[in-house]
Amino acid sequence: MVLGGYASSFVLARDEKGDTVEISVTVNGDTKTDEVEPRTLLVYYLREELGLTGTNVGCDTSSCGACTVHVNGESVKSCTMLAVQADGQEVLTIEGLAPSATELHPMQESFRENHGLQCGYCTPGMVMAACSLLKENPSPTEIEVREGLEGNLCRCTGYHNIVKSVLACSGQDLL
Amino acid sequence: MIPAAFDYVRAHSAQEAISLLSEYGDEAKLLAGGHSLLPMMKLRLAVPTVLIDIGRVDDLSYVRDQGDHLAIGALTKHGFLETNALLNSECPILAHVASKVGDPQVRHRGTIGGSLAHSDSASDLPAAVLALGGTIVAQGPNGVREISSTDFFTGYFESSLAEDEMLTEIRVPKSPGANWNYQKFNRRAQDWAIVGVAAVRVGNSTNVSLVNMGSTPIRAEAVEAALKAGVNAEEAALHAADDTEPPTDLNASPEYRAHLARVLTKRALQASGL
Repeated sequence: MVLGGYASSFVLARDEKGDTVEISVTVNGDTKTDEVEPRTLLVYYLREELGLTGTNVGCDTSSCGACTVHVNGESVKSCTMLAVQADGQEVLTIEGLAPSATELHPMQESFRENHGLQCGYCTPGMVMAACSLLKENPSPTEIEVREGLEGNLCRCTGYHNIVKSVLACSGQDLL
Repeated sequence: MIPAAFDYVRAHSAQEAISLLSEYGDEAKLLAGGHSLLPMMKLRLAVPTVLIDIGRVDDLSYVRDQGDHLAIGALTKHGFLETNALLNSECPILAHVASKVGDPQVRHRGTIGGSLAHSDSASDLPAAVLALGGTIVAQGPNGVREISSTDFFTGYFESSLAEDEMLTEIRVPKSPGANWNYQKFNRRAQDWAIVGVAAVRVGNSTNVSLVNMGSTPIRAEAVEAALKAGVNAEEAALHAADDTEPPTDLNASPEYRAHLARVLTKRALQASGL
């Protein structure tokens, strides 16, 4: 590991390097083949290479969960995964969740119905994390929903209706 | 934040990873789940020139019953440990501690071997394996060796793994039953522990380890000795910060951490009936 001032001069020189690796990723059912730099983060591959800007970058430090997508059916923070790690894997983003262009996914419908959003920035990540949560625990308690969404921050602090939306989607009584 | 450029190679077996490590030396880093390494690379605190991706070495993800102990593959993810039936029945403290790491997204990617090799004194799993008196298995060009968890953590983010060695397995003694507890104190969801305490009965001894009370995870030896001498939990816990050098940061002073260690140790011992 290189620390401190030494790192900056060393690292700037290395920034010019750009060897690429070919990856093939199935995103929302379509297989995409692209050349990427190994250091490309999955979220930037999705947003900038594929134009799938529904996945947001919030904190960029794997804290806020705005960049949550599914990889092989499980929620992950796409700011803390390299695009090369997704090579050969299945990625699902918020754009691929709805069954058609005119219908919403039940979780999206539930967020809409229960006003599970304020500014909307955290929403794609919240919806993806919530779908992963219900897949692992189809009938969570309120506490389990709150703990299950621990990795997603809502800066509007609109958690009450987010939790309500997830519980409603699980087919349980509302708060 | 984008990491500095690096070359990427993928290893398909532990053997291949080790020969790549031998080839690239200390310029290379192993990438498992990446949930400790990638954040450090994004901050450019870590600047490896080669990343050896071992995330697809599938035969290193398991929990196996080996008679008196359990063997856990280095690439077993936290989320797997959390829900694994064998681990929950034979070593429940480890399954519980795995469930306290980060958040669900982190637990879908992070691996136990990665967490131990990263050797962060503020991490949950290293302290749990230390409390259990576990063994770390490392594979290098000259074969396999076993390292006691008490010898494994050597300094701030440093372990006794050699540059050309890969952590392949963790072995923990079976410790079924209810005599265990993990106290993780933090102020925000998904944070590291400001201080954590793991207490567990292993065979006839009561083991206690501390998170974030020094440059490595440590055993609370003074507490263990007091318990062995017959002192009750409340009085033994008063020794939790003895001979420690707790760090200082924005969250806590060393004095506050020492106080937390004593309080959390008392809670852990009382909750586990130890």
